[in-house]
This record gives sequence, structure tokens and C-alpha cells, in this order.
Amino acid sequence: MSPERYAHLWTRKDLVGIADLSADEISVILDTAESFSEVSQRQIKKVPTLRGRTVLNLFFEASTRTRSSFELAEKRLSADSLNFSGSGSALSKGETLMDTAHNLEAMSPDLVVVRHQHPGVPHMLAERLQSGIINAGDGAHEHPTQALLDAFTIRRAKGRLDGLRVAIIGDIEHSRVVRSNIHLLTKMGAQVVIAGPRTLVPLHASGFGIEVVHDLDEALEGADVVMMLRVQLERHQRAQFPSVREYFRLFGLTEERLKRAKDDVIVMHPGPMNRGVEIDSAVADGARSVILDQVANGVSVRMAVLFLLMAVRTEAA
Amino acid sequence: MTALKILFKGGRVVDPSQDLDGVLDLLLEDGKVAALGPDLDAGDADVVDASGLVVTPGFIDGRVFLGEPGYEHRETLDSGLQAAAAGGFTAVVTTPDVSPTVDRRAVAEMLTRDAARLGWARLHPMAALSKGLKGEELAEMGELQEAGAVAAFDGVTPVGNPSLFRRALLYSTHFDMPILHRAADPQLDADGVMHEGEWSTRLGLPGCSSVSERSVLARDLLLAEETGGRYHLAPVSTAGAVDQIRRAKEAGIRATCDVTLHHLLLTDGDVHKSVFSTATRVDPPLRGESDVKALLAGLADGTVDMIVSDHRPYHADEKSDVQFSVAPPGIVGLETAVSLGLDRLVAAGHIELGRFVELMSCAPARLFGLETGTLAVGAPADVTLLDLDAEVTVEASTFRSLGRCTPFDGWTLKGAAVGTYVGGRRIELPELG
Repeated sequence: MSPERYAHLWTRKDLVGIADLSADEISVILDTAESFSEVSQRQIKKVPTLRGRTVLNLFFEASTRTRSSFELAEKRLSADSLNFSGSGSALSKGETLMDTAHNLEAMSPDLVVVRHQHPGVPHMLAERLQSGIINAGDGAHEHPTQALLDAFTIRRAKGRLDGLRVAIIGDIEHSRVVRSNIHLLTKMGAQVVIAGPRTLVPLHASGFGIEVVHDLDEALEGADVVMMLRVQLERHQRAQFPSVREYFRLFGLTEERLKRAKDDVIVMHPGPMNRGVEIDSAVADGARSVILDQVANGVSVRMAVLFLLMAVRTEAA
Repeated sequence: MTALKILFKGGRVVDPSQDLDGVLDLLLEDGKVAALGPDLDAGDADVVDASGLVVTPGFIDGRVFLGEPGYEHRETLDSGLQAAAAGGFTAVVTTPDVSPTVDRRAVAEMLTRDAARLGWARLHPMAALSKGLKGEELAEMGELQEAGAVAAFDGVTPVGNPSLFRRALLYSTHFDMPILHRAADPQLDADGVMHEGEWSTRLGLPGCSSVSERSVLARDLLLAEETGGRYHLAPVSTAGAVDQIRRAKEAGIRATCDVTLHHLLLTDGDVHKSVFSTATRVDPPLRGESDVKALLAGLADGTVDMIVSDHRPYHADEKSDVQFSVAPPGIVGLETAVSLGLDRLVAAGHIELGRFVELMSCAPARLFGLETGTLAVGAPADVTLLDLDAEVTVEASTFRSLGRCTPFDGWTLKGAAVGTYVGGRRIELPELG
């Protein structure tokens, strides 16, 4: 696969969000990911595509899953990766974001994968740095590669995105996953319905071309896809719902409640799961669950994103 | 010795305090307005050819943070008062949230004395409403007034304790001092960094509900009605609050309010458009389009009393090189306010020039009990000279203010202040270094 062949399909230096992408651009990433998923099936799971290229993984906020997924994608493409994390580095020693950025720039990485607790940080870096920036999650704003891997997983299971009814359930307010998914799914012609406790659904959530309900059963009715969001227990010091027990009663996904969805429904979760909080183990481990496929597909999608952004740089050079 | 007699010849004099708008000559002598009329005899006065220009009573910026004492890295009296004069302001009213706070006579006296010594724009300090801005005990309003304080205000810190606020309103009636308040409920706003609406939802930034301003304003207005104190909302930012003030005025409550230029000209959508620029992080936050519409309507119909820049400079390390959520709220405005108003409010047809002069000069003078804000014979000779046709491009890097953070950088505007006269003397600023 030569990067030059893709240069006309993808022209962006950065991937900071889904909001700005066109349906065509989304399709290009998903199609590219299809070709990379084959690499992960091989015995030798490595291609020389990004040999000699440097990718910095800059995680200001803790992450295991996304970070490992990016690292694996980088390794399978033969890139040299370097990891910076929020704790135990200059990032936690009062260095300003821009100082960090300039220090990194001095190391001239080709791509920087960044996660930050504040919305907009990847966008700031994209404006100020020559390197290509990949947003690996900025606060409650966007998590584009998660939405892409979700779409990839849905497309594989259903053969399409257009016309599907996708129910997204849980903590909408604090979720970057839901924001990126709403952008992506509506652009691709899916019908999105969101549901969650009123205290975890923004008051202004309507107006995004989606349906907002506050009852789990109503949201599940006729769904092709059910996406459960993680209840971010660590963020709820201000107690936005009375108890985990009541949360599960109202919005926890059980096999019984899932019956309202279509027979061939798939159940997704961006992880890490709180079993018994937002999802019952029987569903998480059941036949309708594609949760582990999401993890596997994450690597392919991130390989595709790394590859396409590098193709732009190769073209420019 | 510079001439103490200046004659403005043939300018369009706009002075709403006397209901004046016409081509007249204006004579300043010994720091006072000496005469105003057609074809005045120049005598031995220095003549300023004001034909084609507008002559107005000196503009007063009703809310400005200057860094002294305690925050000289953000602004000094020297830089801030030069910026004011450069922007067409003959006087500024400063916020008390410096360190030490303006909650004792000595600090207020130091400010007025040091400002007078500099000789740029005039400075009128506001007193803290509570000692140390802590919201616990009243500051010495009477003594502070003697030292030059023109209002009581706890700066950007809302007064949570209704009992203290009630006492402040009651006590202020002894001195006829206005009580200013940034009406907000910090518990309701919690970690909010922008207006709560579709944009905050889209951007994933915690929002501040309009209800925060409106609920505290409702309390304030009830207390103002009960006490008879002079209440001033600083600033109004939501459509609901404009309505509340309008109704309070109709009911005879002594309530006034001001608005900032950025709340009139920008919306929460600009946080997105500017890609999270910290120059769109202000307090109260930039609101929605319907709020802007209501603010403009309030400006035109008299509900809104005054325009302020709410100048709040920061060092670039604090404000510009950080992420949106952690940037402190506030932007500079002294050197953009007049041109923004002339172009985007007057030329854009939202208000007449006379109304703009009222909002920028007469109203603040009335609110704060100043002798300025008028060109009546005998008044202090503070004059702002405007050129409605001058084209300017905002260039933050050339500001006299030490603060450079403005969302208006690069805007091209028509209309500018071209002369600032304080006490009958033209303020000549040193060349920019």
C-alpha cells in the first residue's frame, strides 16, 4: 500500500474531530481500515508502511485502552513511537501546554496523538504545530477514532450505516464518544436516539438532528444498534444520580429489556465497562455483544488514520 | 506653559446632556467649558479645526481593571491610563479587586493621587463592597467615598449572602452610592466556562445557565425595591435579565445596568468559530444570539444605561498560552471600545450617535456622580473628539495596554477617537516604544 495512492482521497493534516469531516472522508477512513484489518490477521502482524516515521503519544489524561490501541497500530505500521503521559513528566510539573508543545515540536515528530482533559487542546496544537495531530479524546468534546471504530464495527455487522436506528444510552453530558458518534452517524444517514437520566443529558441536546428520550425502553424500541456509555463514576462527585442501584434499575441494559430492540441488534460499549451499572454481564458477554470486536477494530481504524495522515505528509514533502 | 484656552471651531457638537446636536464652536478655558455657541471669537485661544469631526463630552469607561496595586504584570496605572486616553476615554472607573483590595481609605487615596500625577485619563476608583471582597463584612463606604470612591462593588465575585447585600443597599443610601453587582450564582455555574446552550453542548464545555444571572438579579431587585438603594447590574448579559431590568424600571425601582461591547457583538458561537480562542473566554460568558438581540433592543430603548469595555488585562502567560477552560475570564477593551461602538452600533444602525454618547459619557457620569459627562458651561473641560470616517484596523500588538488579549484583533472598523482632552488640555501620549 503506497501512501501516494491515497493522497487525493485524504487532504487533512490533522484529525481533530468528526464535526468537520464529510461523509466521503469518513468512508475513505473506513475503507482504508478494511485493508488494514487484514494485517492483524497475519502471523507476522507488521507492515513497513511507516518505517522511519515518528509518532508521539501524548496522554495528559490516563488511558489504557486507547493508548494501547494507538501504540499497537503504530507498531504494526513500523513507526517509531514515543510515549508521554500526564503523571510523572513535565506535563504535571507546571509546564504550560504551549511549552510542552514547543518542546515536542523541537523533536520533529511526524504525528502527535493527543489526549487531554480540556476540550480544544488538540485543535490548539493543530493550529500551532507542523506535526499532524490526532485527537485521542479532548474532555467531553470529541473522540474521533472511537466513533470511527464504532462505525467500522457497525458497518461490518450490518453491511451499512445508512438507515439504521442507533440508540446511545447513558451519561451523554460527559461523553466525548457520544458527540463524535452523533456527528458521524448523522452524516452517514443513520437515525440516532439518545437516552439517559435527565441530569446526564444536556438541556440543549435536541437540535443536533437526533431524537432525545428519557426512557430506556423507548430508546431501545426497534433499535439496530445499542451503544451503552460508561457511567463515569469518578466524575460524579456532585452526585448526578442518587445511586448506582437506581441507575441500573432505570438505565441498565438487561437481556429482558434488550428484547425491545430488533432481533439482530448489536450491543456496543466503548469500555471500560461497569458491569452491573450500565450493563448486565449477561448482555455484555452475550451473543448480541460486539464489544470485543470494537477493540480489535480499533487497531485497524487507527492504522488507517495514521496511514492517511502520513500520506498527506509524504505528498507535501 | 501650555495654552489653557482651546477653541474647537466648526465641529459637530453632540451633547445629549443638553439635547445638543449641531455645528457649534466650543471654548475651553482654565480647565472648564467657557462657552458653547455659533461662531465664537477665537481671541488668544489655540484653535482646533474641528470641521468634519464630532465633539462630545469626554467618554468615561465605567468598568476597568488596572493592575495597581498588586497585579502590575497585567497592567499599571501608567499603561492603563495611557490606553484609556488613546482609546478616547477621558476617565475610567476602576474595579476594587486589586491587592490589597480597595476596601480602605489609603488604597483609594493612593490610586487617585498616583493617577492624577500621571496626567493621562482621570481615574475614579470603586470601593469594595465587602472587606477583602470576602462577602462577610461591609467595607467603610463613607470613608472610601471621601477618598474618591464612586461606587461599591465586589468585582467579579458575586455577593452570595443576601443579608450582607441588603445591608449594603441600605447603608449606601447615606452616601447616595450606587451598588454594583455581577449577578451570578457560583454554585449554579459550578465549573461552567461558557454559556450553556447548543454550543457548550457541542463543544463539551461545562456551561453557565442564564438562570444564574436571572435568579440572583431577581433577588437583587427585590432587595433594591425594599431598601430604596441604587442598584446597578454589572453587566447585563441575558435576554431575561434585560426584561427584568425593564420591568423594574417601570415599577420605579432604582435599578440600572450596563453592557459590554463583546456581549453586544459576539456570541457563544464565536468560541467555536475562533477554535477555542481564550479571547472568547469572558465573565459573564458570551451568550446566545437571542440574548444579543435583546441586549441591542435594550440599548436602543433605554433599558440598558451604559456601555463599558470591562477592560480586564492579563499577562500572556496567564491568558494566551493556555487552554480555554483554564484561561482566566476577561479581555482588554480600552483601545477598541469607541471604534467598535461607532462602527458596529452606530454605523450599523442599532443606535443613533447621540444615544452612543449618552451611553459612553453622560450615563456613567450620572451613575457615578461625576461633574463630567456634559459640555455645559462651567463643567470640567473633558472632551472626546471623534472622526466618524477614520478607518482603523485593530492591532493588539500596538496596544498601550499591557494586555493584548482581544477577540477583535484584525477587525477593520470605521470611526475612531482622534483627540482626548482632560481638564482643558489635550493628552499627548509618548511615542510607542
